[in-house]
Amino acid sequence: MSTWIPESASNLAASVDNITLFVTIISIFFFVLISAVLVGFSIKYRRKSEDQETAYITHNPIIETIWTIIPTILLMVIFAWGWIAFKELRNPPAEAIEVNVVAKQWLWEFEYFTGKKSLNELFVQQNKPVRLIMRSDDVIHSFFVPQFRVKQDILPGNYTQLWFTPTKVGTFDLLCAEYCGSGHSKMLAKVNVLSPESFVRWEKGDEFEDGAVMTATNISPAERGKDLYSQRGCLACHSIDGKEVIGPTFKNLYGKMENLEDGSSVQVDENYLRESIYEPQAKMVKGYPPNMPSFKGILSEEEVTALIEYIKTLK
Amino acid sequence: MANGVMTQTQHIPFLAQKGLKSWILTTDHKRIGILYLITISFFFLIAGLTALGMRYELMTPELDFFRNPTEYNVAFTLHGSLMVFFFIVPGIAASFGNFLIPLMIGARDVAFPRINLLSFWIYLVGTAILLYALMQPADTGWTFYTPYSIQTGTKVIMITLGVFVLGFSSILTGMNFIVTIHKLRAPGMTWSRLPLFIWASYATAILQLLATPVVGITLLLLIAERAFDIGFFDPAKGGDPILFQNFFWFYSHPAVYIMVIPAFGIISEIIPVFARKPIFGYKAIAYSSFAIAIISFFVWLHHMFVSGISETAAAIFSFLTMLVAIPTAVKVFNWTATLYKGSIEFHSSMLYALSFIVLFTIGGLTGVYLGALAVDVHLHDTYFIVAHMHYVMIGGTVMGFFGALHFWYQKWFGKVFNELIAKISWFLVFAGFNVTFFPQFFMGFQGMPRRYATYPVEYESYHALSTYGSWILGVGVLIMTVNLILPLMKKGQPESPNPYGSLSLEWQVPSPPPHENFDEIPTVTDWTYAYGKK
Repeated sequence: MSTWIPESASNLAASVDNITLFVTIISIFFFVLISAVLVGFSIKYRRKSEDQETAYITHNPIIETIWTIIPTILLMVIFAWGWIAFKELRNPPAEAIEVNVVAKQWLWEFEYFTGKKSLNELFVQQNKPVRLIMRSDDVIHSFFVPQFRVKQDILPGNYTQLWFTPTKVGTFDLLCAEYCGSGHSKMLAKVNVLSPESFVRWEKGDEFEDGAVMTATNISPAERGKDLYSQRGCLACHSIDGKEVIGPTFKNLYGKMENLEDGSSVQVDENYLRESIYEPQAKMVKGYPPNMPSFKGILSEEEVTALIEYIKTLK
Repeated sequence: MANGVMTQTQHIPFLAQKGLKSWILTTDHKRIGILYLITISFFFLIAGLTALGMRYELMTPELDFFRNPTEYNVAFTLHGSLMVFFFIVPGIAASFGNFLIPLMIGARDVAFPRINLLSFWIYLVGTAILLYALMQPADTGWTFYTPYSIQTGTKVIMITLGVFVLGFSSILTGMNFIVTIHKLRAPGMTWSRLPLFIWASYATAILQLLATPVVGITLLLLIAERAFDIGFFDPAKGGDPILFQNFFWFYSHPAVYIMVIPAFGIISEIIPVFARKPIFGYKAIAYSSFAIAIISFFVWLHHMFVSGISETAAAIFSFLTMLVAIPTAVKVFNWTATLYKGSIEFHSSMLYALSFIVLFTIGGLTGVYLGALAVDVHLHDTYFIVAHMHYVMIGGTVMGFFGALHFWYQKWFGKVFNELIAKISWFLVFAGFNVTFFPQFFMGFQGMPRRYATYPVEYESYHALSTYGSWILGVGVLIMTVNLILPLMKKGQPESPNPYGSLSLEWQVPSPPPHENFDEIPTVTDWTYAYGKK
């Protein structure tokens, strides 16, 4: 099954896949039936001579009733089955652990009940149901993890929820499925499903020590910055190859003279970069929209330093 | 057999008169049909080119053809809104509907010829606004979902205004056709003798009349919100973004059937002629168009199963969605059964009609996946939707449109195209279409979201295949277009006014028909599908 449907990694996947399989079998049956009859008739009754005999058949109540009733029954079965599975998707168990999710152009923030926060990486424990309470800060986004078979739109001004029990340890792609602007296709994150032991270790870790930190101890700040560049969503707006995306490119950024909105100019140095990460609207470069959120409380000083080191390498 | 076959007196073909004025001031339904045909074909080709650009971009995961993601987003917005609002909604209904309805029912013109011309002018005003809007195009997608469409920095007002204006053209055309079909049928052309294209046009016209005002109002509210800051849809201003989706799909779901029901009508005309058989289950096909039209007003929430609507609402709309599938399935069975014990000729238009059945079946069956609630959750907003929609819209409507072009070409223009080249281009279109869109079902199962300028690398092989397919499809459409345009510039006449042996009234008049259509209004004594009646 894994060749055409992604790996199943949540408690909800099996019932969705069973219905999908059922619909697929019915679809293949009817498709093959209609195609075979169509091709068969086309060959058998092709015009061989101009005065070929044809039958005058206008309708047939029996056959027409049969081919109305059979699809009706099948469709009602599919409807009922789809609804039953949908109820399961929509109703989280009471013991589910709650995580607050904020989606914004173009990143994901997760806030856990312990007070921990993470950015673009959701940490959950294997075999423990999770309930996500989601809101958007700007436009509509949608939480989609193909391996879990779950999807839910995230609205501004309204909470929506979604739940699942992850069944497999591993890292899965979280994709934004509702078009949300220029960074839409880069609004990607990871769901890290940890074993109970690793999850406890992660929970005990200090504010910014997450899976990424644990796996990356002996690397240079610039290499660490490179990881953060993709993990923390910088790539949605800032290219590293000189292309203008939404914000200024990081290529040759360090040391450059930038013209600001207020008419003044500034040379890009460590302090300007740090300020722009923590207070993006303080000194806006001319010609760019004021879209960037503040990363205060999301990126530690150490991480900002790592990012600056990475930017310096982009010549 | 229709009895009104006229004697061949001297006829002046409707195309005889020359000059710009004879076109822009014409009230002849056949000329107005041509005016629509030219404009919709123009937008079809432009929107097709943007699609080729998008497919070229998507050949590799990273951005390499467009300079930034916004350009890609503008491209899919243009592709979607041009294809939907400027090609496929007016499409068959306005071009072939105009040309065929009076001819098929035995009338000299539509009921209100001058309103018909007004519809076209309004359509032109809409297109003019749109062409102006193209200078600074929007990036909202053709669905204009709020609050993104309120907050984006790109220009949204002009393009929505263009669509708003178009709506009036659609409403007037629908009204005109309803009155025409009611009042101008020739003596003896009873409801149960009507060609199925007329039934289909009638169902379509009702949808145009009743649904279009809703999208008009919705777009006006959107414009008011952007221009005057009134909070209808943006929660930041106290509005409700889901309200927009409700309004939008309340029109746009019936609109899907405005797009495809005329194609049902075309298929029901082409197949009996080339199979020399009465259409099987005439009443079932006629009534199922109406069943589909009516139910289509009550399924709009199936576009919003993951938007946060209540479980009960989702269940009701999933149920109703399943109901639409029944008349649709019945039609497919009827068309297939019409071939039984026939004498089948594979004219290019018949090839399009037969491929319509196959492709539309795929489009319909994949719709069942999306109607099933739990499965829709996984597939919603992925390439599965993209593929499904294109199987219905291209596999259905466009195949019907191409079939109609090849079928009524001689009648309309009085010229003959090269049949071999038509068959070659059909094959390229059919093959290219499947290579382009079939892999997208698998991409969707795998979770590839739609409207992504860049994408995770694991989807690359599917995307590459899809892009190669788009080239085959593009070449096919190009060859077909050239094959249909070239004969118009040459001299030459079809040998007979009725080369395929159709019993329908439009084939009993000369090709091209005279301005007045009929010397004398014919009296009809049998139904249109009495092929092989003893």
